Amino acid sequence: MQNKPIITVEGMTARYGDVLVLDELTFEVARGEIFVILGGSGCGKSTLLKHMIGLYEPYAGDIKIDDASVVTTQGAERDALIRRFGVMYQSGALFGSMTLLENICLPLEEFTDLGKEARELIARMKLGLVGLADYAHHMPSAISGGMKKRAAIARAMALDPEILFLDEPSAGLDPITADELDELIIQLSRTLNITFVVVTHELPSIYKIADRVIMLDARTKKIIAEGDPAELRDTCDNEWVRDFFNRKGGVANNS
Amino acid sequence: MRKQRHSADATFSGDTTGGRVQLTLSGRLGVETVGRLWPDVRRVLEAKGIQSLALDASGVEYCDGAGMALFVYVRRAAARLGVELSIGGLKDDFAGMLDLYPEATFEEQPPETKGVRDFIEEVGMVFAETVCGWRDHVAFLGELTVAMFKTLLHPAGLRIKDFLSVAEASGARALPIIGMLGFLIGLIMAFQGAVLMAQFGAEIYIADFVGMSITRELGPLITAIIVAGRTGSAFAAELGTMKVNEEIDAFTTMGLDPVRFLVVPRVLAATLMTPLLAIFANLFGMAGGAVVMRGLGFPLVTYVNRVVAVVSAVDFMGGLVKALVFGLLISTAGCLCGLRTGEGASAVGNSATRAVVSSIVMIVIADGLFAVAFYFLGI
Ligand SMILES: Nc1ncnc2c1ncn2[C@@H]1O[C@H](COP(=O)(O)OP(=O)(O)OP(=O)(O)O)[C@@H](O)[C@H]1O
Ligand SMILES: [Mg+2]
Repeated sequence: MQNKPIITVEGMTARYGDVLVLDELTFEVARGEIFVILGGSGCGKSTLLKHMIGLYEPYAGDIKIDDASVVTTQGAERDALIRRFGVMYQSGALFGSMTLLENICLPLEEFTDLGKEARELIARMKLGLVGLADYAHHMPSAISGGMKKRAAIARAMALDPEILFLDEPSAGLDPITADELDELIIQLSRTLNITFVVVTHELPSIYKIADRVIMLDARTKKIIAEGDPAELRDTCDNEWVRDFFNRKGGVANNS
Repeated sequence: MRKQRHSADATFSGDTTGGRVQLTLSGRLGVETVGRLWPDVRRVLEAKGIQSLALDASGVEYCDGAGMALFVYVRRAAARLGVELSIGGLKDDFAGMLDLYPEATFEEQPPETKGVRDFIEEVGMVFAETVCGWRDHVAFLGELTVAMFKTLLHPAGLRIKDFLSVAEASGARALPIIGMLGFLIGLIMAFQGAVLMAQFGAEIYIADFVGMSITRELGPLITAIIVAGRTGSAFAAELGTMKVNEEIDAFTTMGLDPVRFLVVPRVLAATLMTPLLAIFANLFGMAGGAVVMRGLGFPLVTYVNRVVAVVSAVDFMGGLVKALVFGLLISTAGCLCGLRTGEGASAVGNSATRAVVSSIVMIVIADGLFAVAFYFLGI
């Protein structure tokens, strides 16, 4: 993957008011790779993700998708930029007043010229992918937490964007569903060359899907490790990082 | 019959010769392009007398979920017509993708049978709901009374910080709007009065008119309406959001009484603040009257003397008692609606609406009862 990176983060600093959360992060995400962001709870993974999608403005530094900055691009160009990625928020963020089917149809309706029949078929297929076809007409408030998460993934994929940002997609899912989700991510990344930026804690999932990981540190607010997870587990000189990867020791082998 | 369509860089052509349909898809099948091809595909597939379907996909360079949907659409059409479908030339990657969508995983479920309830049943349901609603309300008031008494016996158990912050939000922060509305109402009343009284040369009685109607009726009433809109709805929305986020459940499972923690400080603060706000509404209302009287050429002191002579302490206190009761009604309705919130964001909105509407209805009913009671008491 020597080609040009699809996402470039340059010296990005994030703060909430006076509280420093991320300090001058610099990294790149290559086109088509599955990029995993790791770190302890509360170290700023969701914050990083929200900066990468331009939801928050960084205190300093810049984030680019190809050559367009998500920080400064405005107007019609920004709309085009935003269309290039899909996002699944940690809490799901489904629209509570619409059924699951309508949630997924909404972006299709707003941004494409697909007819109703086509939209609903696509939405149903996406729901089928995450195993929720039977719940197409349910309201988000009437399904479980894990199901919301799956529905949110289906919605993020509605427009088949180039980049998918997923905040803890498999947290709260049973191992089998989580595993199927990993398969899906790999398949999409291979066949459609979709770039994934995933926040996850699940070690088996990390070993299975990650092409590259970065690990954030809550104390220094910086990246403490970057690279292939299996390599980091064996060779990283930071003890905490090795510990993290060894926690559920050996799980890597059966994936 | 031959159809061909180019769409950005995706193309479709359908060839129907003697019941044998040959479809050709090529190029980039993506969300941007599929929408335009779809109607053409449908038209070809809806033709009569189709005996076989063949789909040539060797020219497909890219195919995302929308493209897959088009394949699935053709696949379904074949199944419906009961003919064999052969898909040729689809790249292995895409064929693998298509395998991700076995028909069984997203079959249409039978449309929801909502079932039209007949009218009698509907009326019965509404009646039952209303009765249960009243039971709920009474039970809640009982619960609240118990919690209030406990708080009175052990004042240390009152969440004083919550109490103060609610008092600030529902009391102090409402002052500007209450003052402004009170002033305007006083102004309008005096003005209306002036038009009428001028016919009899009895402008001085504007002071009686404004003083009495504001202190006895309008001051407490506008205060209550503002409090219902600002505070009652806020209570319902706050508690409703907490309900949706399972915070109320968390209180309960920790063995803490949500009524004591959440409702008592709110009801107490709002109930005590409403009469204080009504005092302000009264004062500003009289000030509004004073402006009109000054405009008519009366010195301020005449107006003040007249008001003081006419409006007795009993009138004034009667208004404040009303305001106290209104405050109690509003805050309990707000909290009750909040605690009874259903699921989801729209439920929170519904609770807030319900809180305001039921508060205002109760205020008007209570006001009527007060009027009757004051009449018989000779106040
Ligand atoms: N809206 C906010 N205002 C102020 N501080 C915030 C806000 N959101 C997050 N923080 C702080 O920023 C830090 C990082 O939060 P973030 O949500 O990014 O963590 P995370 O790594 O995603 O954690 P988790 O794994 O638990 O989801 C935390 O210390 C948190 O207290
Ligand atoms: Mg997070």
